[in-house]
Amino acid sequence: MNGPTYNFAYLDEQTKRMIRRAILKAIAIPGYQVPFASREMPMPYGWGTGGVQVTAAILGPQDVLKVIDQGSDDTTNAISIRKFFAKTAGVATTTSTEDATVIQTRHRIPEAPLHGGQVLVYQVPIPEPLRFLEPRETETRRMHALGEYGLMHVKLYEDIARFGHIATSYAYPVKVNARYVMDPSPTPKFDNPKMDHCPALQLFGAGREKRIYAIPPHTQVTSLDFEDHPFTRYGFDAPCALCGADDSYLDEIVTDDKGGRMFVCSDTDYCEGRQAHGCRGTESAAPHKETAHGRG
Amino acid sequence: MYVAVKGGERAIENAHRLLAHERRGDRDVPELSLAQISEQLSLGVDRVMTEGSLYDRELAALALKQARGDMIEAIFLVRAFRATLPRFGASEPVDTGQMQVRRRISSTFKDIPGGQILGPTFDYTHRLLDPQLAETSAPEAPATVEATPAVMPRVTDILGRDGLIEPSPKADADLAVGDLTREPLSFPADRDLRLQNLARADEGFLLALGYSSQRGYGRNHPFAGEIRLGEVEVEFMAEDVGFAVPLGAVTLTECQMVNQFKGSATEAPCFTRGYGLAFGQSERKTMSMALVDRSLRARELGEEIIAPGQDEEFVMSHSDNVQATGFVEHLKLPHYVDFQSELGLLRKLRAEFGEAEAQPAMQEAAE
Repeated sequence: MNGPTYNFAYLDEQTKRMIRRAILKAIAIPGYQVPFASREMPMPYGWGTGGVQVTAAILGPQDVLKVIDQGSDDTTNAISIRKFFAKTAGVATTTSTEDATVIQTRHRIPEAPLHGGQVLVYQVPIPEPLRFLEPRETETRRMHALGEYGLMHVKLYEDIARFGHIATSYAYPVKVNARYVMDPSPTPKFDNPKMDHCPALQLFGAGREKRIYAIPPHTQVTSLDFEDHPFTRYGFDAPCALCGADDSYLDEIVTDDKGGRMFVCSDTDYCEGRQAHGCRGTESAAPHKETAHGRG
Repeated sequence: MYVAVKGGERAIENAHRLLAHERRGDRDVPELSLAQISEQLSLGVDRVMTEGSLYDRELAALALKQARGDMIEAIFLVRAFRATLPRFGASEPVDTGQMQVRRRISSTFKDIPGGQILGPTFDYTHRLLDPQLAETSAPEAPATVEATPAVMPRVTDILGRDGLIEPSPKADADLAVGDLTREPLSFPADRDLRLQNLARADEGFLLALGYSSQRGYGRNHPFAGEIRLGEVEVEFMAEDVGFAVPLGAVTLTECQMVNQFKGSATEAPCFTRGYGLAFGQSERKTMSMALVDRSLRARELGEEIIAPGQDEEFVMSHSDNVQATGFVEHLKLPHYVDFQSELGLLRKLRAEFGEAEAQPAMQEAAE
């Protein structure tokens, strides 16, 4: 049995060309979901195969790759994807948002502002923002074509009628370039404003659902709302317990079984960068060390 | 003092090492060879080849071994490998009428030209656990007769001569056959894509859908016109030499369902077809596939679409077990960022609810 050999960044060049064409179309029509012939990847559907295919198609040997999941470089799936590209493409990897040229992410946008020339690749589970209002693809495609988004506004209005505010906290729908309603992937709505007029290119890949969409740099992205109920960002009551940041999205850490809680930055690179500059929170410790899980 | 959790990289490595250890099991027990899996768990290998969409017994056996016997994991391994293979072209359509038949039954006619051949089947075995198989077994050699060069026309062809069944649509040589692994699927989908989807679909999912159609959810009155198992030649049209070159033989199971059709204003009543085809011996799969294929023709035949099995978007979007298992199992991945925002929202809603509860008297007074 001959061992298989793989191309640079795993995918064959024909597949990459097909994906790049879909990406170019997506950039040309901001927020529009472009169907593409998604391949079976060596990791499961739902685990970032769309993002991985987009990254594989755009990655060059000079790129520096950062992969985050839940804002962290150290979550198991982020490690797994980073190692996949380190192995199949041999590219340099980093945890620094500033140094990366390509950042693949699941569920977060980094806190540090992105700059021109960077590409942010989102992993998307369900690309269709109207899916839970209308399960049929044939219907939702028609609704997008006609710009018929009444159903979405009714849903948001019903939230207000019932709760007094829009009760959507993540995957909060946005309108791109005043045309297409788009799902920002399950990022917390806290991150939505970062998408607006972002200098970096934002690409979205949904492998299982076979869709790619994009927000070109410096494109208007507005979160759906009403004049009398404007979009509000989710806020936290306390700053990060490790770095003291009061402008970042925080994870809740359960510290004991007696109701003990603390809040720390979900973006680990941001938090560590602040700590390196001497910022301290209430629970600050010595610099981080890797805790051992078993011996090698 | 709090130290953020780290060390995922080493945890992954150790988990994989432990997995390899568990896969091997007790090292005093001899290790399975691929030949053992291929020869003695052959129906499992057939299923992996069918749903993995790759005819290679050795690779399918390897996948089954690597997956510790988990079918869907093995299918996934084969699919991921298949996705990287270059495409040279498409074979000529195989002719199952020329099949070297090992098993062939029809439930619509008592006797048919070429006869009914039971072949290797579980049918009519009594499902009693056989303690002899717990030890090494030495089964009798199979009974044999002289091979007869009998032709075995397909039962549907016999019906077709009298026009009692709709003709099979003729292949259009100029029209490329769709391939949903190379082109993104869109709806409505034609029958070639539907059949490709069903051939790759999860056996259990098709079984349940086919069963639901029998129980009245989109009933279509099926008869097993014919099920046949055997070897067919695969040929490839080599442009350089100008004729079809045989590539080898594959084992196939084919099922042709014969279904009722009441006719319409423009068409006389006749039988219609549901079609199933799979690698190896995969009877349950091909029968289920044929039932669902016929159900999905509701739109084409002008039947009312009332059941899940008739709804092509529902069936085709959920039939692929590699896609389904990935998305179901991705719930194992961390979701604490979105969970955090839901937690915040829930706390806010509960606080608002509590405030409203606390002032019922004032509201009543205002009314």
